[in-house]
Amino acid sequence: MLEHLWFPHDISTFGPQIDWLFILIFWITVVVWALVMIAMVTFMVRYRHRPGRKAEYIEGNPRLEIFWTTATAVILIALALMSKSTWAEIKEHGPPGQVFYQVAGKQFNWEITYPGPDGKFGPKAVTVENEMHVPINQVVRIELTSKDVIHSFFVPNLRLKQDAVPGRTIHVWFQAREPGSYAIPCAELCGFGHSGMQGTLTVESEADFQKWLKDQYANQQ
Amino acid sequence: MIGRQFLFVALFMMSIGGLMAMLMRLDLAWPDTQFSFLSILPQSLQNDSAITANTYNAEFTMHATIMIFFVIMPILVGCFGNFLIPLMLGARDMAFPKLNMLSFWVSAGAGVLMMASFWVPGGPAAAGWTSYAPLSAVPIYTGVDWGQNLWCMSLIVLGVGSLMGAINYITTVINMRTKGMTFFRMPLVIWSLFITAILLLLALPVLTTALALLLFDRMGGTHFFLPPGGGEPLLWQHLFWFFGHPEVYIMILPGMGIASELIATFSRKPIFGYRAMAYAMASIAFLSWVVWGHHMFQSGMDPALGTGFMLTTMVIGVPSAIKTFNWLGTLYKGDIHYTAAMLNALSFVAMFVIGGLSGIFMACTPVDMYIHDTYFIVAHIHYVLFGGSLFAVFGAIAYWFPKMFGRMMNETLGKVHFWITFVAFNCTFFPMHILGMGGHMRRIYNPTQYDFLKPLEPINMFISISAFVLGAAQLLLLANIIWSLVRGEKASENPWHANTLEWSAPSPPRHGNWPGPVPVVYRGPYEYSSPESAEDYLPQWQPAEPATAAAD
Ligand SMILES: [Cu+2]
Ligand SMILES: [Cu+2]
Repeated sequence: MLEHLWFPHDISTFGPQIDWLFILIFWITVVVWALVMIAMVTFMVRYRHRPGRKAEYIEGNPRLEIFWTTATAVILIALALMSKSTWAEIKEHGPPGQVFYQVAGKQFNWEITYPGPDGKFGPKAVTVENEMHVPINQVVRIELTSKDVIHSFFVPNLRLKQDAVPGRTIHVWFQAREPGSYAIPCAELCGFGHSGMQGTLTVESEADFQKWLKDQYANQQ
Repeated sequence: MIGRQFLFVALFMMSIGGLMAMLMRLDLAWPDTQFSFLSILPQSLQNDSAITANTYNAEFTMHATIMIFFVIMPILVGCFGNFLIPLMLGARDMAFPKLNMLSFWVSAGAGVLMMASFWVPGGPAAAGWTSYAPLSAVPIYTGVDWGQNLWCMSLIVLGVGSLMGAINYITTVINMRTKGMTFFRMPLVIWSLFITAILLLLALPVLTTALALLLFDRMGGTHFFLPPGGGEPLLWQHLFWFFGHPEVYIMILPGMGIASELIATFSRKPIFGYRAMAYAMASIAFLSWVVWGHHMFQSGMDPALGTGFMLTTMVIGVPSAIKTFNWLGTLYKGDIHYTAAMLNALSFVAMFVIGGLSGIFMACTPVDMYIHDTYFIVAHIHYVLFGGSLFAVFGAIAYWFPKMFGRMMNETLGKVHFWITFVAFNCTFFPMHILGMGGHMRRIYNPTQYDFLKPLEPINMFISISAFVLGAAQLLLLANIIWSLVRGEKASENPWHANTLEWSAPSPPRHGNWPGPVPVVYRGPYEYSSPESAEDYLPQWQPAEPATAAAD
């Protein structure tokens, strides 16, 4: 059970950066928390009430005040600046896509549309419910939308989450590094079927992927 | 007295909100299981003696709605705002006593509307307390019709009631301070309530407007939030969180004020950095208007905007840190008395530190991408609102009960309640961080539907059992209140040897608060262990010693 007390296994290219930021914040907060608690418990024990002793009359200390204000401000703003580029890479820029999909959330399934053999989302495109197959190590680009309410496309193993909003098309990208199959739960409350709404992401070799896609085209006819 | 009425109604609502939480925990540990005792509940809360997908959605929606709008806000603002503001400022009553009464009855009406929704066909609202459109805007999406309409109407009415209260608090603080009570001689709890009232005045109309638009979409055929008619779902989120983030501070600032009073009194020491504490609260209030986007990092809002909100959110952490360090500074070289009130106040600080620190993870946009909408968030908000606001409420009840009702609360029972609550609280909410890291989504009624969550189910069971202990422990609080109301030891005027003006009035204060003339203020509120006095306290209303006065 112990191996489940941390993140699920990471298979994306940007996952390590996210985990790194998490661990950085984790250690900063653990150290700050420990220092605060050590100070608090020490004071609580040392300065507990004992008869005949009076508290010391201290109204404050502007120098200390300036010190801890600047220290927290510097740490927090530095964290924001360090996170900025990772965020921009994941949500704003990202590498050019190699495979393209359209994904739509609807109560309570993911509809995944693959371009037809002509590479276009035309009449030959195929739509499959909840099954997303991608070739390994290729940049996948998705146009994400919703047909009814807001859903959220969440792949824990990719560290990826993006709300699917009706009336909008939102671009999402990822690149999976390890073969296997992974859950795509819906992370935004979307009605009574929200619990249990999930698809499967299958990461496989280029050959397996092409074979699977061909089967889909064949089924379509 | 209106303060007491708010307290009793809110405690009643707390038992309903708590019951919702117990039902959710029951389901999360044993999903889709029939329990015969559930059959006594209304149809909207159980389905054939089991909790199912749609009743679960109604339960978490109503749990949050009730706890936020009908428990924490009425106790902190309605009860303690009404009770403390006139007494601590040396006023005979609030500036507008009739408006005050109206505010209570309007809020009570809102409570009745909300409660009624448990019995309408389709059950109560089930779109989450955040009621994101379009889910909340079209009845067929949730299957809830009148429940959601009543939810909107109730909160609109409550908004009007709270607005009346806010105007009253602001006017009273500005106009009704007694002679000598300058702004910088006000106790910090009054500062916190004053700042909270300003936030209420500015934030609630935004919610009221959003709710009205939602109601138009539901009942009037408009399309403010519905894309097919040119509407914009994200408009709801912007409006909701523009209200919602200041709302978070509406619920925590009074807690900070209460903790400051209790920690200074029971450390027998002046609050460390009084002015810094007041300025920190003012800056939190100001910054709370520019951080709402941190709830929307993954919503489809422009990612560049997300970066801006990440920066403002990190900055709002600074004044919160200042407050924590100043509470520690107050303990330093104090003479700490461990009353039940003080234990709750210290726990407020310790839990608020955890809630504050876990907020940094969410503020960091890439990390938020993973933990957003998981139990990590649920853990965070409960560390802030339960570990924070509710421990402050428990402390405040223990501390001001003698003044409100003229009788002391039972200390032993109070301490037993505190320790069980403290341990059970941490066993309930700390493991939720781990669930969140494992990818456990919020608002799912059956985690066993997901293969990747199955290994985490033992944690869910542990949390549920802790939650039942936590819920049961609150019966001790109710028992203590009832027992002390009837049998408690009679309270003197100033049982804690405190400095602020409410302790110069009779316990409980009669109409007009002071039988004689209103007290005059000679000094700041935290002159504990002052070298000027032989005692370890020097009340605000006590004139300077004649000898010192002559020397001046
Ligand atoms: Cu969904
Ligand atoms: Cu917020």
